[in-house]
Amino acid sequence: MAEPAATVNDETAVQAQTPKKELGPVFKAAAGPTKWLDDRLGIAGLGRPFLRKVFPDHWSFLLGEIALYSFIVLILSGIFLTIWFKPSMAEIEYEGSYELLRGLHMSEAYASTLDISFDIRGGLLLRQMHHWAAAVFVAAMLTHSLRIFFTGAFRKPREINWLIGVAMLTLGIINGFTGYSLPDDLLSGTGLRFVDGLIRAIPVIGTWAEFFVFAGEFPGELIIPRLYMVHILLVPALLLGLIAVHLALVVYHKHTQYPGAGRVQGNVVGYPVFPVYAAKAGGFFLIVFGVLTLMGAVMQINPVWVFGPYNPAEVTAGSQPDWYMGFVEGGIRIMPNWEWHIGSTTWSWNVAIPGLGLMGLFFGLMAIYPFVEAWVTGDKSEHHLLDRPRNNPTRTAFGVAAMTGYAMLWIGGGNDLVATQFDVSLNAVTYFLRVAVFVAPVIAFLVTKRICIGLQHADRDRMLHGAESGVIDRAPSGKYSERHRPISAAQAFTLTQHEDIPALLPATDTDGYSEKEIRREQLRRKATRFFFIDTLRRPTRAEIEEAEHHHLHPMIIGDGEHHAIEAEEEHHLAK
Amino acid sequence: MSDDTAHGQPGTEVATVDEERYPVPDPGLEEHLPRLTDVDEKAADRATRQVATFFGLVPILSIGFVVVYFAVPGDAWVDFGPLQANSRNLLLGLTFGLALLFLGIGAVHWARKLMDDEEKIDYRHSAASSEADKNYMLTELDKVVDESKITRRKIIGRTLLAALATILLPMIVGLADLGPWPTKKKRAETIEKTIWAPGVRVVQDITFTPIKPEDIEIGQLINGEPANLQELEGAEFQIEKAKAAVIVVRMDPNTITIPPSRQDWAIGGILCYSKICTHVGCPISLWEQQTHHLLCPCHQSTFDLGNSGVVVFGPAARALPQLPITTDAEGYIIARSDFTVPVGPSYFERDSRNDFKEGDN
Ligand code: HEM
Ligand code: FES
Repeated sequence: MAEPAATVNDETAVQAQTPKKELGPVFKAAAGPTKWLDDRLGIAGLGRPFLRKVFPDHWSFLLGEIALYSFIVLILSGIFLTIWFKPSMAEIEYEGSYELLRGLHMSEAYASTLDISFDIRGGLLLRQMHHWAAAVFVAAMLTHSLRIFFTGAFRKPREINWLIGVAMLTLGIINGFTGYSLPDDLLSGTGLRFVDGLIRAIPVIGTWAEFFVFAGEFPGELIIPRLYMVHILLVPALLLGLIAVHLALVVYHKHTQYPGAGRVQGNVVGYPVFPVYAAKAGGFFLIVFGVLTLMGAVMQINPVWVFGPYNPAEVTAGSQPDWYMGFVEGGIRIMPNWEWHIGSTTWSWNVAIPGLGLMGLFFGLMAIYPFVEAWVTGDKSEHHLLDRPRNNPTRTAFGVAAMTGYAMLWIGGGNDLVATQFDVSLNAVTYFLRVAVFVAPVIAFLVTKRICIGLQHADRDRMLHGAESGVIDRAPSGKYSERHRPISAAQAFTLTQHEDIPALLPATDTDGYSEKEIRREQLRRKATRFFFIDTLRRPTRAEIEEAEHHHLHPMIIGDGEHHAIEAEEEHHLAK
Repeated sequence: MSDDTAHGQPGTEVATVDEERYPVPDPGLEEHLPRLTDVDEKAADRATRQVATFFGLVPILSIGFVVVYFAVPGDAWVDFGPLQANSRNLLLGLTFGLALLFLGIGAVHWARKLMDDEEKIDYRHSAASSEADKNYMLTELDKVVDESKITRRKIIGRTLLAALATILLPMIVGLADLGPWPTKKKRAETIEKTIWAPGVRVVQDITFTPIKPEDIEIGQLINGEPANLQELEGAEFQIEKAKAAVIVVRMDPNTITIPPSRQDWAIGGILCYSKICTHVGCPISLWEQQTHHLLCPCHQSTFDLGNSGVVVFGPAARALPQLPITTDAEGYIIARSDFTVPVGPSYFERDSRNDFKEGDN
């Protein structure tokens, strides 16, 4: 389509919109190049919505940033490593500068890892940075997802971003594992052997999967080149794409914020991207980068030269995978040895259930939780204010129960270390964990729920009786009582802004609904009772007014009046 | 995504919001309080100097890195209490790491102490598109469908679907050569077979020297390999080693049970087992002389070598395969045959009916 030619009128309109104004020194210097770019890219228009976009500030929002920054460090250090690493299983004789292994036969992958560690200046630093960054990356993603979970930030409209998060966590763990396998040292080979056994154990298709992944029998000669492709191309590309969408959605939805005075559903309060947020975030990136570098400098990790090259007939006792594989390892260790032998087939549940089922369960539960909760509450509205974890005791309890189950499995991953450290029998530790993995989460659930409800009671007391002042009065009758101070209006608002989600009684008026609809609705109502029956209602306006009446003075005061009222109160009491 | 609404200023938001939804009215954003650096010029100057110092250290450290890179030899070591490290690695990391850290701290300090710290307000919009946008899209999409003629010429739609579904086929089939297919025949040649054969000597796994029964003391355990493993190289060597590795142990014959069917698999109290765990395939290595138990270090499956290798604890489900052995004319230990069952971890097509179970004889 042809554009109508610019008319004189357009020209004047443009001029009218850009009044002549004195440019600051920064702009004078950049005027030429920015104009050149803007003429071609329209950067002023592109940047306009973002330049002063507001981001709320809270320490718990840094967890996601740590994940992002350690991913960037992984890419940077990883690119450097690819310069020298040789992903080949061809056998060579080592002639590098590490005396103890010289003359030994090993794969090129292992030899080049030794070269990176001993013969390339800064190579060991890069390797250690890369490995530490991997450990921090997965840890940051996991804690970030816990923050999202406990504050309910996964609710509408952010469910898709939660799913992207689950996918990134999975991919991060997979990439960590593939990276761990690349150097082809004794530990990484043992890890691969484990994966081989795991793949084989998949019912029906296991052997085919094994032969396809390893290009034949374990270990073969293609697995490391293949893992290399997965490690430096496939998964990083997927992660990069997901991260881009993840961040774009954060920008589109705008960040959630914690409740507080003036912070409500309809707004977002914080610092503009430029300059404050950019300086803080950019600075924090450099801090994460710097800390990972220092960790690479002073904390040894994965000293592959100590383990030696992979040898399928050797293993070191007490060998441990990277921390994020610990829970799978634990499942594998404490699983009873269930195996079916049906006709000429073998169904290896002892490996398939903990090896594949556990990861499926873990990520599956994570993925569906937002939808389960939304179904239970029947809530279709958007949520931009974060929950205080106590105000949704059942969700919080589920989260802590999941963490507890995870912890039991993780301990199981080191059951031999537990046994030797605490001088108990390995068998006892294993039997204990087989029970604990089911019982401990239930206990954690019940305890957490009680604690949350207790905290809700404390909030309610603050609302109705004021804050405890720590001052004890003794009445003439000898009775002691603690003096309470009124709380600020801001605090009162924070304590009461959340919504009460009702627990529903079974529906009675069911005319005009199908059998199936009724059953579903009754089930949902039952679920609301399970979730919300014992959460504490927040005080109503009437209750608050009633309490004020009872205490003969306002329970809530504006910030400015605070001192005045306290003084008045003293006066009142002194009389 | 564009958001060019006016940005609110906290000062303009003084009116409290008293909505029915809230038991307590929203008092509105708290008043912004100035920091020390906002009111005290001296404090601001101090903060400025601090930021400048952090930034100023960065060039020094960066140059330090370059100096270390070229000047510090690779074989120098730092030995300082708990810190024992290669000096070059340590100094490269310290200079670069601190440079990054100071640059970052400088930026954050600048933001926290000197940049305006007044919070601003943005207003949210619903994530859904506006009704106008939705309506526009729906009507236009109707036109799109209409203009494409796809609803009138149904055959195009159907064949297009078939085409899209099948165009993926070449890509998927292209993966069929990821590896050889584990057919029955292939399995028999690979995972169900090792290089053990009648007459193959059992040799020490590192020195490859053959073993005589009298070399082994009671309670001793030796890691063995088939003598013909030496002829292999590279991947083939690794593949065969991963299946053929064995352990040879000598136990007091009076303390162990050997089932009648396996009487001639042993030489006195000397027995030979696969070293590859039947769980997921780790080489098993921890030997308890007293109990005759062999423990896998990976997940602690425990096998009783005094009782045909049955599982006594842990996640492994099958007994360790036993290798029938005897001696040759020169008195060295040799295999009588290959293993009678596949070694290593389970797989779906594995016929486990011939495995030894507690109570077999
Ligand atoms: C999701 C991100 C990533 C994770 C979790 C990760 C993790 C790991 C781990 C744990 C190792 C073993 C390091 C060791 O101890 O030697 C490794 C090795 C390696 N990684 Fe990554 N990595 C990631 C991304 C990348 C990227 C993007 C590249 C390249 C562009 C890369 C290149 C390499 C190379 C070449 C090695 C082998 C070198 C060696 O082991 O010395 N990685 N990775
Ligand atoms: S591999 Fe031996 S117990 Fe798992």
